[in-house]
Amino acid sequence: MKSLKKSMDGKPSGLGKIAMFVRNSRQMLKSIGLGAAIFAGLVIYAYGFQVTKVNLQETKSERRQTQLVRILRALAKPDLLTYQYKEFEVNAPIMVPCPPEGYTSPAVDTSQPYMLITPPCAAPGDMVVVEGFHFQPNQSGPLSFIPPSGVKLNLGTIQTDEDGRFRLEVKLPKREANEVNYIRGVTRQRVGMPQLSQTARDTWDKIVETVFLALLATTIGTLIAIPLSFFAAQNLMKDITSPLTSVALNILALPLGFYLGGKLAAWVAALMRPALQMPLVMLAGIGVGVAVMVGGIRWALPQQEESVKPSLFVLVLRGAAIAAALLAGIFSLFLLSSLAMVVGDKLAKALGAFGFLGLFIADLGEILNMALVALVSLAGAGVFAAYAGQLGNRIARQTTPLLAKPLSVLLSALAGAVLLVLTLQAIDWFYQIGDPRITLWAPAVIGGAAGLLLAFLCRPNQELPVGMVIYFIARTIFNALRSIESLVMVIVFAVWVGIGPFAGVLALSLHTIAALAKLYSEQVESILPGPVEAVKATGANRLQTIVYAVIPQIIPPYISFTMYRWDINVRMSTIIGFAGGGGIGFLLQQNINLLNYRAASAQMLAIAIVVASMDYLSAKMRERTI
Amino acid sequence: MLEVRELTKIYEGGVLALDRVSFEVPKGQFLAVIGLSGSGKSTLLRCINRLVDPTSGKIIWDGYDITAASQDEMRHVRRKIGMVFQHFNLVARSSVLTNVLAGRLGYVNPFWSLINRFSRADVEKALGELERVGIRDKAMVRADELSGGQQQRVGIARAMMQEPQMILADEPVASLDPVLAHSIMQYLEQVNKEGVTVLCSLHFLDLVHRYANRVIALNQGKLVFDGLPTEIDDEKFKEIYGREAERVG
Ligand SMILES: Nc1ncnc2c1ncn2[C@@H]1O[C@H](COP(=O)(O)OP(=O)(O)O)[C@@H](O)[C@H]1O
Ligand SMILES: [Mg+2]
Repeated sequence: MKSLKKSMDGKPSGLGKIAMFVRNSRQMLKSIGLGAAIFAGLVIYAYGFQVTKVNLQETKSERRQTQLVRILRALAKPDLLTYQYKEFEVNAPIMVPCPPEGYTSPAVDTSQPYMLITPPCAAPGDMVVVEGFHFQPNQSGPLSFIPPSGVKLNLGTIQTDEDGRFRLEVKLPKREANEVNYIRGVTRQRVGMPQLSQTARDTWDKIVETVFLALLATTIGTLIAIPLSFFAAQNLMKDITSPLTSVALNILALPLGFYLGGKLAAWVAALMRPALQMPLVMLAGIGVGVAVMVGGIRWALPQQEESVKPSLFVLVLRGAAIAAALLAGIFSLFLLSSLAMVVGDKLAKALGAFGFLGLFIADLGEILNMALVALVSLAGAGVFAAYAGQLGNRIARQTTPLLAKPLSVLLSALAGAVLLVLTLQAIDWFYQIGDPRITLWAPAVIGGAAGLLLAFLCRPNQELPVGMVIYFIARTIFNALRSIESLVMVIVFAVWVGIGPFAGVLALSLHTIAALAKLYSEQVESILPGPVEAVKATGANRLQTIVYAVIPQIIPPYISFTMYRWDINVRMSTIIGFAGGGGIGFLLQQNINLLNYRAASAQMLAIAIVVASMDYLSAKMRERTI
Repeated sequence: MLEVRELTKIYEGGVLALDRVSFEVPKGQFLAVIGLSGSGKSTLLRCINRLVDPTSGKIIWDGYDITAASQDEMRHVRRKIGMVFQHFNLVARSSVLTNVLAGRLGYVNPFWSLINRFSRADVEKALGELERVGIRDKAMVRADELSGGQQQRVGIARAMMQEPQMILADEPVASLDPVLAHSIMQYLEQVNKEGVTVLCSLHFLDLVHRYANRVIALNQGKLVFDGLPTEIDDEKFKEIYGREAERVG
């Protein structure tokens, strides 16, 4: 009985001990872990202090501190206002050396500012005391010695106290004369109202440049980011699929279409050249072009689907009409851009002070002209790709497997080869390998083989997730671009287009495109799927679904993100000048390098004001859109 | 005539939402689809216009194999099938008229619709459909300013713009209070009387009795009943809704 009892209360206590030990050791492990973490943290920060050269000794040294005080004081007095000054000069006679009979200076009018020199005559190189009375208080100015010859010899600087007095001990120059010399004190007096200093005016100019730089970059970035953002939206891309034949035909058709589009644009430009000096002809041309375009489209694209299928003849006619309309459109745009350039140049000369409006029109024309080549090339690529895609779909679905399979194998091999060769050509352009075995034959064989393999692995009518591939590529590009700061990008652009605001615009635009495309696409991904499904269920095609169900949903967030981005771009553009991107940063950097801290302070103040008001403005406007 | 044969849908996560479901719907019928939530009603209706791609099985409509249609061909099929949703699925920031006109998108030339140009006839038709559901005066109002019942009427007007031969209504009245429910159901009934086949999933048996010609019931993806509404006795009810369910209607 006893032993049982013993063992019974012995057992729990033993278990308790083990439990306690386990608990203790767990606690200990925890403590050790914590200690190790703290130690690791210490090491990391110590290393951080070392590599960032934290030097407290330096911050305390006398020299640094006086410098800091000087800079801070300069910063506290931004160079914004100047005054007109009137110079005030007072002359007092002195004999050097003393004449034998001695010299007493004539009596002075003590109601006016005057100076007393003691003694009134002295030997060259002697010290004399110059005292001034009734001067402007708290002013400074030069004190000079004027011998009879009239030259000015600097003696020092006078600084008057609040009563308008000063006292200065100066050493006379080693010059002798028989006549009276003069000591001249000059102070300056403010007259009139304060005016904006030159620095303030320069700062204003640059701040305007800065804000517009940000505006342009945001506009360009937004315009390009909006269409691109759809490619990076998973919910739109995920159900885009197409069979391999279609993909292969697309890959083959895209570069071809791009190339032919470019050729077409060049051809139109060449055709237009004779008309370029005749604005009226151009105007008429635009009118005719637009009329042909609208008429052609109206006639060729009936608003409703017809109940009877149109005959082949009509279909061909319609195709021709649409082609003509497109061509007319391209012609009109080219004419419009050239007209804008010509008229803009004329206006710039005629408008005088508002000449910048003319220049703006001319620039717009030039931008349109440059963009047109790209647009026509892209349109060519688009048209070719669309037809190639349809053709591919037909081949994959409507031909017998006996025909579809070999076609898909052939096209896929060809597309693989073309794709890889083009890629290698691009790489060659960067690295100048210059070896056709590497840049032509090897990729052609490898790409072809990969295409073959893929074609054998896929059924001819198997739908491949093309949309997701595009989605991932778009995402990757945006992420890569976004991770390069615009301050770094601007260096490349400054090399290309020269240091100045334009380089800043380009760099900021590129960064804006990447950043906004990402933000926008996330907004597209978070729209309500219901309305999209509903519109899709009516039989709308993909583009219609985007226009009717996606775009109405994304307008408010797009506006809000654009405002937000403008805000960021204003901030960025204030410092992008440090790297050669123009704007106020350029001025700021110059003034800092010249140790002109009061001017720098004016620019910092301007930046602070602009950034703060932009912040406020964008917040207000974002509130309104939601 | 709509034939559904051995229709099976397995979602990506492995959920078996439809399990070899087969039935036929003659032209002009008002078919109710019932079942607990999660039983596969929405999946079934969405397979029919291919908002969801079935895993296997066939859907044949007037001899045309919907399951084999390409995405392009689906555009032509879908425009003849109107759809009405539980949460209306209107585009909130667009006007009522634009929402209704969206029902024409399958017919109009894409180019013109992209720049928001509809023919006069289409606009007239849209206003007519709004008239029919009694909210013509709201045509220019933003869709999200309407009440739930009004939004569902817009949904019906949008479906009717398609000149559909069939309407798929996925719990069209589940988010509305009972009084409004009847008015919406009456519009569907009227449309059905004009010859349009209606497939409507419903929650309440009284609505089934009142409006449907025929009922099918799903339970965990399986078809467990196919017959007349009056044939649902207590035993059938328990089979459809489970043993614990209490009959209230
Ligand atoms: N998109 C989806 N992905 C995965 N599972 C889904 C999806 N949609 C529905 N399901 C599942 O399929 C089953 C049937 O759903 P659903 O057709 O919506 O039923 P009901 O409409 O009858 O409520 C449910 O278990 C649901 O969780
Ligand atoms: Mg449901």
